[in-house]
Amino acid sequence: MLTRRSTLALGLGAAAVTLIPLKASAGLSEVDKAIADFTGGASFTDEGVTVIAPEIAENGENVPVEVDAPGAVAIMLLAPGNPTPRVIDARFGPASGATRLSSRVRLGETQEVTAFAKMSDGSFKRGKTEVRVTIGGCGG
Amino acid sequence: MSNVRARVRLPRSARAGDVVQVRTLINHPMETGNRRDADGNVVPRRIINRFTCEYDGEVVLDCDLGISVAANPFMEFDVKVDKSADFVFTWHDDDGSVYTETQSFEVS
Repeated sequence: MLTRRSTLALGLGAAAVTLIPLKASAGLSEVDKAIADFTGGASFTDEGVTVIAPEIAENGENVPVEVDAPGAVAIMLLAPGNPTPRVIDARFGPASGATRLSSRVRLGETQEVTAFAKMSDGSFKRGKTEVRVTIGGCGG
Repeated sequence: MSNVRARVRLPRSARAGDVVQVRTLINHPMETGNRRDADGNVVPRRIINRFTCEYDGEVVLDCDLGISVAANPFMEFDVKVDKSADFVFTWHDDDGSVYTETQSFEVS
């Protein structure tokens, strides 16, 4: 039976449900958040960072990706098409020979694998490459 | 966990000042926490969340890893070796374990 109190609770619940999607769309995407976190909102240029990955990945579970960023002190690798886009955050010490990192990642769908680099002078650079994924690697 | 095995590959030799390629691999499922088992239960997240490499006590590489890193995390990078010293690699597991591998490296 619907009492006054339960009706009120229902109304509040419905209001909460409608608010959630609004809040999510008003906020920044996970990708924007990661970029803001890494660069601190600074601008970046599209040069000096190379992302090497296969053009077509048959299996998104295991895709080799290499990031080459000469002169960088830190690299952030993003898979913007993944539910959790931040893949690797790497900081390089003085003994790192060349600022290069090669790993293997999961890609849920076709996307532009993107790397941001923080250079030793404090500036930021970006590089990206598209990988077409035949079978996604984030399947449940 | 005892079934986790880390492997490191270094060149056999190098001269002082050379840049050497380091390759590491660790056996690990990198469970994302998004996957369900056959009974429909969520498999809890368990990944290697951090990897570090030190040479001669100095940090060469320090990485935070997310769930988008493929199972059996592989890392390849370069290190400038100025003198003979130890490489120390660590892998940090979500379950609190830290796997460490030490290898001494000779330069001529």
